[in-house]
Amino acid sequence: MGIPTLIKTLTASDSASLSFVDGTADVVFDSTYDEYMFVFTDIGPATDSANFSFQVNATDDAGGGYDTSVITSTAFGAWNYETGGTPNVSYSTAQDQAQAAGFQTIANDCGNGADESCAGILHLFSPASTTYVKHFYSTFNYYASGNYSFQFFTSGYINDTTAIDEIQFKMNSGNFDGVIQLFGIA
Amino acid sequence: MAMTLITTNTSSDAASSDFTSSIDNTYKLYIFKFYDVEPETESVYFSFQGSTDGGSNYDTTMTTTNFIASHREDDGGTTQLIYRTGNDQAEGSAFQLLCQSMGVGGADESAVGELHLFNPSNTTYVKHFYCTAQHYQDTPGSQNSFTAGYFNTTSAIDAVSFKMSSDNMDGTIKMYGVG
Repeated sequence: MGIPTLIKTLTASDSASLSFVDGTADVVFDSTYDEYMFVFTDIGPATDSANFSFQVNATDDAGGGYDTSVITSTAFGAWNYETGGTPNVSYSTAQDQAQAAGFQTIANDCGNGADESCAGILHLFSPASTTYVKHFYSTFNYYASGNYSFQFFTSGYINDTTAIDEIQFKMNSGNFDGVIQLFGIA
Repeated sequence: MAMTLITTNTSSDAASSDFTSSIDNTYKLYIFKFYDVEPETESVYFSFQGSTDGGSNYDTTMTTTNFIASHREDDGGTTQLIYRTGNDQAEGSAFQLLCQSMGVGGADESAVGELHLFNPSNTTYVKHFYCTAQHYQDTPGSQNSFTAGYFNTTSAIDAVSFKMSSDNMDGTIKMYGVG
């Protein structure tokens, strides 16, 4: 990993979403860096079993509804229960996308107990490229709603050669708490 | 702020590699990078635990997962991607395995990897971690290990220890703060 530079920290407190928009509130999310890293800590949903997710806006949809960029992705995870259950590692067809414009899940079935949370890192590469698709991958660990530890891996590409400069994070249901730090990696 | 090297521990025939200071609320993310980690004894495992009392006790309750991919040099045995139920913990307090069945048959056998520990000083939520490691296994071959979980405590984690399941170890472990 290269040297990360902290660009912006956003804190959610019963928030519907958090967005990083290039050029707004000191956010840099353009060609300055070839790689951007989002570090998530203490992400807690208000709704039990919610999915934490992201989507982007391309520069030709600035200020848009985070609903037009097409993603093809993979998702798999490993889990183990505090008591009972069968631990395993498995591909998750319900959390991948095939040329779809939905929010991409990066942590699913998050628990909402008082001490339950999600933590992880999302890497997004060359968002300003106008030649290539935009690749990403993430790794999370979290306390899932059924009282188990879930390590979840997601990767894919935003199938768009238009630059992207806005990204939003939210739960698929309800609000959330937590901290998201944006780093540029030289 | 960025990624700051906080502490480097170099172990030579040491029982453990302990980090007992500077794990606090300065950073949201701590990364431990380990290099050239080698056991003294064949087939042991490399492991870690957290402490809530500055390193006096390493017995924090955790629930964890572990899966591996492995491939032997002779292309024999079982080439596999598999969940390892023997390597996880369900509300256990033992040291958590990060690399299993480590080789020591040759002078060139070792392990490397990265352990990410998120916001260890938080006193509201459990504390998450995940580790990706690569090592030379005892049946000569490559093994990629994925371990993750949470310390199931709302007390702050303020010390971390790495050690082999048996006997001593060599190696270098660097602790970084990110943020």
